[in-house]
Amino acid sequence: MLTLVSATAATSTLDLLAWSPPGWGATLVQGLWNTILIALGAYALGLLIGVFGAFGKLYGGPVVKDLLGVYTTLVRAVPELVLILILYFAVTDAVNKVLVAAGYDPVQLSGVAAGIAVLGIVQGAYSTEVLRGAILSVPSGQIEAARAMGMPPALLARRITLPLMLSAAVPGLANLWLTVTKDTALLAVVGFIELTKATSLAAATTKAFFTFFMAAGVLYLILSLASGLIFSRIERWARRGQRNMSGGR
Amino acid sequence: MGDLFKPFHRKVMLAVAVAIVLTCALTMNWSWLPKYAPLMVRGIWMTAWLTVVTMGLGMALAICLGIAQAAGPWWLSAPAKGFCSVIRGTPLLLQLWLLYFGLGSFFPQFPWIRESELWPILRQAWPYAVLALTLSVAGYEGEVMRGAFKGVAHGQLEAARAMGVPRFTAFRRIWLPQALHRALPTIGGEMVLQMKATPLVATITVVDIYSVAKRVTQDTFIVYEPLLLLAVVYMALAGLIVLLFRRFEASLPTRTA
Repeated sequence: MLTLVSATAATSTLDLLAWSPPGWGATLVQGLWNTILIALGAYALGLLIGVFGAFGKLYGGPVVKDLLGVYTTLVRAVPELVLILILYFAVTDAVNKVLVAAGYDPVQLSGVAAGIAVLGIVQGAYSTEVLRGAILSVPSGQIEAARAMGMPPALLARRITLPLMLSAAVPGLANLWLTVTKDTALLAVVGFIELTKATSLAAATTKAFFTFFMAAGVLYLILSLASGLIFSRIERWARRGQRNMSGGR
Repeated sequence: MGDLFKPFHRKVMLAVAVAIVLTCALTMNWSWLPKYAPLMVRGIWMTAWLTVVTMGLGMALAICLGIAQAAGPWWLSAPAKGFCSVIRGTPLLLQLWLLYFGLGSFFPQFPWIRESELWPILRQAWPYAVLALTLSVAGYEGEVMRGAFKGVAHGQLEAARAMGVPRFTAFRRIWLPQALHRALPTIGGEMVLQMKATPLVATITVVDIYSVAKRVTQDTFIVYEPLLLLAVVYMALAGLIVLLFRRFEASLPTRTA
């Protein structure tokens, strides 16, 4: 009986990946879309935090520097899964408390918004460190020259520091993007339906575990390989006009 | 250490931190702690055990993967590279679930597996957790070791060959130690990452510290306290790993000239 079931399952599990309802293809792709959406949002939020965090860590006052140090150390020492749970509860709680205090009904925070907020805060700590290192790689003469020309700090950051540090930051930022695409899988534990959760739902319903997890693995792999290609183009663009140290090309 | 709290703002921050800790300790609900303390100790042990064991097994695999990529023929280096890409390109949670649910539903189909001596072990969750975490370490560290092997100065190996040192001895006494020495700071960081990856095993019913905290929440409906304690435990473990590696690195002789 059992072998019979598995035999029929083995012949027909690929049909389960079909697009329309008896198949789960649409569910998986919807999950992938959610994954990409959250990853993009969290990455952008992380970069924003990272830019301010890096400048704060380098040029801020002693209190700002120490507070940012506490933030990056704490976030990088605690597992993402635990942070996600703490922040998820804390963020929903805080939003609802504000809403109730303002006289509104409490809401259930949407999974996408909560996921972006939580992963963004986690990403921010790592981005801060990557960007700080990259800013340090900008030759100090460039910054001094800009200051000597009387450039205000914001313009200096926009025209000198940020463009010059980009080439040094891109490899680290590429790694962070790959990390965030994979960290979205952790939201599955909170019950949010991204690719991994969609996959496990499909697998649990159909019992075709290998088929679905392999299919999701291929989707993640395509995502990471495509991102790798895009980032290598960005790096080439960021390095334009630089001398190639290794010679050739 | 004395200088750390010398500036005035640091004293204020320290006071604030102490105040936060005291408020947490005094106003929050910690009455569940004595009852779950033995379980938590077991959970912490499981987390530490998983980290150390999978790191050890994974590093052994990673050295093979690294040398295969750095010096192997194409039929060894290509699969090694592919393996690293696949592991690094997919989430650990997915790999874990693939192994646990996939293999877990695959094995029982074969009566000879169910009747074998290994079945009582294969029925439990921890072998799958160890396997998934080990493969993950192997994938990430394989890449690190590839770089470390390639970074060892060529002259060292040529000198060994010129002295007539056999190939395996040259690998064991010259190439591997120098590569490991180079990779050591990275490995320390990766070990913290590995420790941070262990709570995922709670999703396949392994009882580590994370799953104990979740159980406390389920039993008592207390949400924040177990999570805060969890964060503190992981921070302490991370600090311990960093300290140990710093000690270890300092104890190794480094060429200064």
